[in-house]
Amino acid sequence: MTDAEIRALILELICDIAPEVDPASARDQDDLREIFDLDSMDFANLIVAIHDRTKIAIPEADYNKLFTLGGATAYVGEALARSAARAR
Amino acid sequence: MPALGADMEAGTLVEWLVKPGDRVKSGDVIAVVETQKGAIEVEVFAEGVVSDILIPVGERVPVGTVLAQIDGAGVAPPPVEPAIVAPKPALQALAEAPPRPTVAPQVSRRKITPAARRRAAALNLDLETILKGTGVEGSIRLADVEAGASVARPAPPLTRRGLDLSQMRQAIAAAMSRSKREIPHYYLAETVDLHLSLTWLEAFNADRPPIERILPAVLFLKAAALALREQSKLNGAYENGVFLPAAGIHVGWAIALRGGGLIAPAIRDTDKKTLAELMAAMRDLVERARRGNLRSSELTSPTITVTSVGDRGAESVTGVIYPPQVAIVGFGRVATRPWAVKGRVESRPLVTVTLAADHRVTDGHLGGLYLAAVARLLQEPEKL
Repeated sequence: MTDAEIRALILELICDIAPEVDPASARDQDDLREIFDLDSMDFANLIVAIHDRTKIAIPEADYNKLFTLGGATAYVGEALARSAARAR
Repeated sequence: MPALGADMEAGTLVEWLVKPGDRVKSGDVIAVVETQKGAIEVEVFAEGVVSDILIPVGERVPVGTVLAQIDGAGVAPPPVEPAIVAPKPALQALAEAPPRPTVAPQVSRRKITPAARRRAAALNLDLETILKGTGVEGSIRLADVEAGASVARPAPPLTRRGLDLSQMRQAIAAAMSRSKREIPHYYLAETVDLHLSLTWLEAFNADRPPIERILPAVLFLKAAALALREQSKLNGAYENGVFLPAAGIHVGWAIALRGGGLIAPAIRDTDKKTLAELMAAMRDLVERARRGNLRSSELTSPTITVTSVGDRGAESVTGVIYPPQVAIVGFGRVATRPWAVKGRVESRPLVTVTLAADHRVTDGHLGGLYLAAVARLLQEPEKL
């Protein structure tokens, strides 16, 4: 997956949780919880959804790396690259 | 028409899920009614065969109206503890609810973002009337829908599927005004060190996939429920001058709805459920509360309310009791602060737990014992 695809996927998953938001307004540096008003359960559900779609491991200790859209995109990208490297 | 809250006077029947001749049993969902709190699924507490549907779809009827006739075996008593006999709240001038727009889920084959689709449905706007999408590959974005709505024929008043926020606000206003008018609240607070709880939870979550992980709020909920076993006078209803203790502990879990509003459906037998079961129940309730799929019994059976503001809320929350309940427990945001441990200052995660309770039933002494029990239970998370 390219970064653009990962970014689009994350926004799509947020739309499932918060249907009324406009994903186009998100910037990479924005805290997803703030701009989309995600509470603790919403964010937990976002992690579940990212895990289900990408199969990457996201330990709880890493949650803070996924608070921003840019951070989440980079985190998923790196995790996918690591698992691809292991597969080879 | 069931009373789905202290403040409800009438409801609109929006869907029948059974027809004459159908066999029903206790717990079956037989109809959907629209209330100020959105669409609620009505369960039946009798067993038998539906012989007659008395109220047609679209009709608004007062609480207590017979909706359908069921012939057959005995009527099981509803599993709702104290029946709610609400004194008539000040009558709100309720406009006749506008007809629910028929929402076609697959409106168009054109590309459209989920937010735009839902907004269009909320506005009852035909997507074909939007000529131009400004998103990727001409897809329709939220902004296009908004623009379309302003030029298209005047849209009917906003009727988000099953939930009208101004009606929800009226329901909250009626219940909370009644609470503040009738219930002499007293308030207590206790700061609790969560070091042990959160350390235990971190280890619990570490080797589990995301879906099985548990939020700190689940520990709060369980501790609040277990402590009620020790102080049962906080668990029940105050009606017609007497306190009616509840047989079970069914915590109403306060859920903030996106866009505004609040609802606190019950998690039955909260004290008997495991942490995993409570997490699943909470996740399920949040989802159904937002979709408008709550059941009638979930709204009528809470015996106390617990609210937790989560990690982006305020440091403490002192609730307003939801009548006819007699207490509400609040958990603020977990904040890391200096805390004295064995004569030394350490950095610790702390939570402020509050209790607002009805002085007609209990006193601050008992309330203090309750908060002390919550604090003690949170020091032994492995036993929760």
